[in-house]
Amino acid sequence: MKKRTIKTALATLVALHAIGLFAGFFAPYAPTIEHRDYPYAPPMRIHFADSAGRWHLRPFVYAWLPQSTNFAEYREDTSRRYPLRFFVEKPNSGLVGTLHSHLHLFGVDGNRCFLLGTDGYGRDVLSRVIWGSRISLFAGLIAALLSLAGGVLVGSLAGYYGGLADEFLMRGSDLFLAVPWLYLLLAVRAFLPLQISPVQAFFLVVLVVGMLGWARPARLIRGVVLSARERNYVLAARGFGASDFYLLRKHIFPQVLGVMVTQAALLIPQYILAEITLSFFGLGIGEPVASWGNMLASLQQYFVLTSYWWMMSPALMLIPVAWAYSVISRSLIEQPHAFFNRH
Amino acid sequence: MKNICCVVLTLFLTIGGGAWPQNPNHVQAPKEELLINHHLAGAKGGRLIVSEKAEAKTLNPVFALDRPSRRVMRIINADLIHINRSTQRTEPALAKSWTISKDGRHYTLYLRQGLRFSDGAPFNADDVLFSFAVYLDEKVGSPQRDLLVIGAKPISVSRLDLYTVRFDLSQPYAAAERLFDSVAILPRHLLEKPYRNGTLAQAWNLNTNPEQIAGLGPFRFKQYVPGERIVLERNPYYWKADKQGNRLPYLDQVIFLPVASEDAEAIRFQAGETDVISGLSAANFAVLRKTERAGDYVLQDLGPGLEYNFLLLNLNSDTSERLPEIARKQLWFRNLKFRQAISLAIDRAGIVRLAYEGRGTPLWSNVTPGNELWVDTHIAHPPQSIDQARVLLRDAGFTWNGDGQLLDHTGKAVSFSIVASSGNSERLQIANLIRGDLQKLGMQVTVVPLEFRSMIQRILQSHDYEAAMMGLASGDVDPNGEINIWLSDGSTHLWDLGEKKPATPWEAEIDQLMRRQLTVLNQSERKRLYDRVQEIVAEDLPIICVATPHVLVGRKGNLGNFRPAILDDYTLDNVEELFWIPK
Repeated sequence: MKKRTIKTALATLVALHAIGLFAGFFAPYAPTIEHRDYPYAPPMRIHFADSAGRWHLRPFVYAWLPQSTNFAEYREDTSRRYPLRFFVEKPNSGLVGTLHSHLHLFGVDGNRCFLLGTDGYGRDVLSRVIWGSRISLFAGLIAALLSLAGGVLVGSLAGYYGGLADEFLMRGSDLFLAVPWLYLLLAVRAFLPLQISPVQAFFLVVLVVGMLGWARPARLIRGVVLSARERNYVLAARGFGASDFYLLRKHIFPQVLGVMVTQAALLIPQYILAEITLSFFGLGIGEPVASWGNMLASLQQYFVLTSYWWMMSPALMLIPVAWAYSVISRSLIEQPHAFFNRH
Repeated sequence: MKNICCVVLTLFLTIGGGAWPQNPNHVQAPKEELLINHHLAGAKGGRLIVSEKAEAKTLNPVFALDRPSRRVMRIINADLIHINRSTQRTEPALAKSWTISKDGRHYTLYLRQGLRFSDGAPFNADDVLFSFAVYLDEKVGSPQRDLLVIGAKPISVSRLDLYTVRFDLSQPYAAAERLFDSVAILPRHLLEKPYRNGTLAQAWNLNTNPEQIAGLGPFRFKQYVPGERIVLERNPYYWKADKQGNRLPYLDQVIFLPVASEDAEAIRFQAGETDVISGLSAANFAVLRKTERAGDYVLQDLGPGLEYNFLLLNLNSDTSERLPEIARKQLWFRNLKFRQAISLAIDRAGIVRLAYEGRGTPLWSNVTPGNELWVDTHIAHPPQSIDQARVLLRDAGFTWNGDGQLLDHTGKAVSFSIVASSGNSERLQIANLIRGDLQKLGMQVTVVPLEFRSMIQRILQSHDYEAAMMGLASGDVDPNGEINIWLSDGSTHLWDLGEKKPATPWEAEIDQLMRRQLTVLNQSERKRLYDRVQEIVAEDLPIICVATPHVLVGRKGNLGNFRPAILDDYTLDNVEELFWIPK
């Protein structure tokens, strides 16, 4: 694989995560602000030429004029141009707690700005996609770390000590692997309390997804540990009286590291999808907090699916995420030395 | 709403043999008293395909509870006196006329003579007596029984002659003739045996031989294909005719198709696979509207129906020990100013615009403008006002902290949850919009989507909820149908179930008003009493009414005599009159 592709993939991921982290700056609105006069407004077009055919250097938008005849029908009000401005100051009301910002990357003066349209509550879809990426991307990331930690613990114990411990732990992981994970997720989530705050819901989803996914990495890591344990230099070190902890840390763990990173690159997109699936079924993070899953949930309704294509934008966002992770995991498998040249 | 007045005249008419099937076993039958509609015309033939959200469970009118079953049964069976869905008034059906005694306790019904069930067997007063004996039998346990028990005593029925029946009530009951609507008259010759054997509950299921099932409705049961369809065919003995003396119904068949969801219903209608659709959501109405011309169908917005959606605050008094957290929050809910502040903060216009896409009407009390006979038009419609709501909260001793959070007198933040049915996206959206409105008052509200049955279980049984977003729709315009909601000891007195005596003076007043309107026979006096009930609901807010959706229906372009109404079941009440206009 070309180095440039790998670099692009890495840059994409870094950029996406940075945008999510600084959502307050990149998103024009807070995710919960409702513009109730503008339900399902289509994405605003960015113009360079006005209605009279004159060209302008600075791109601009026209305001949407709701039509009284039909619901969610708008036409452009070409009587006034609203130039797009960068680094606009606006109080970001209606948001408590997280990193919020008065400075926004872009906006328009004196009008609303819906570059990706609005949803059924009149909330800006672009802002919600950006705020939602924070939930969806990081839920996947944290959950993957959690299940890797579990996997490493169980895998190295089973692989290193073998015997009864190995039997016990591996049959346990077989059990987890045999269960269809989606139903298990649904069952676990349904068993937990319903009335929880969005923050609690986030950690709950992360915990549920992360804790159910340790079995596959555990089996892999057990295999690596099992083979590393029998290497001559490990046996030699043991002969010199090295402790179990020393052997694991110094000789075996570096072997496992490559597998772990590759596993992470495979697991993270899976877990992003798991969060989206849970939220899609209404079991993840609920309204009014934005997550890609609960944004996509509205597509279950026939009229949204057929009438408002911009409601699918969170699904489009998954494409670069999935692509970047797949490039990275593939290159990790094919060219591990490009990443771990120390060994 | 379009008020299509259908003038129905009752005439005596004899139709000779030959054109219509006659059962040779009943040669001495009296002349047949058909119901002739002198304004009706149509063409014979064709079939009507209708979708249902679930499959009918039974064909037994004594036990049917679910909507799909009742829908099919309304077509197979007939009632003595019928409520015309279009005019919302009663009209003769199997009873050609009736008289009421001056004290309002005795009804004498004169039955049509010479009528036959769909299997050809004659109909007379014995069938009426048998039907009511079954419905009123406590051992049978029919859900209809509750409706026929007035003042703790069941209606008593006696036969005056072969075609005259008298009903005696233990106390005057206003508009008692409306009770006869949808009470199916059963064929004694088919059901008496199972009733005597105690096997009535097993009789007339979907797998019963169609020849064993008969009714007095325009169609009769023909075939059931599990999971696929229920086929009804025209009843050759039906007792209505058009102006040319043609016996109704016009259609040869009515077919019910079970479909999975409302969306699936809309898709099948759009594809032309079904001929009539009712209970459309505003969103799907808008989708279908786009292809209305190309799809050769016609959509109709009938205006507000009878459904009223409201925010229900838990005011149950049995929570103090079992559910201390809810009991703590009930101190707020019981405060009238708190409820008034919530009502003032709700953006009803926004709810109608967003959740019903403009096809709804804001509400401030329980009777919708669709119920023209009963709505109190003098109820105030205060617009949303966050400022006034804040003043009310301040007066009630609430304060705000630096973050703008609302605090009660103990300094605890005001936060509660609203449960809403996860299957109803409109109601869920309303709850979410209310959440946004109440946030402006500094209340932290979470919306909890719950599966419908578990939500109802919480509201009616365990009382383990804080607030709920609900909707109710009575089958009839008359207030008597909802009496159990409003009486403080009623079985569905939602906000405070199981009250021994009225907990508040205004509940006592509602009790008094509802009990009084039940026995007053003068319509304008009843209206005055029920107006006061509506005012109390608007002022004291036992439930906080929000909005009513419009009734939205559709039909194929060439379906004639289609007269939808805002009363259940909206489209098929005059199924016998529907016909295909020849192209």
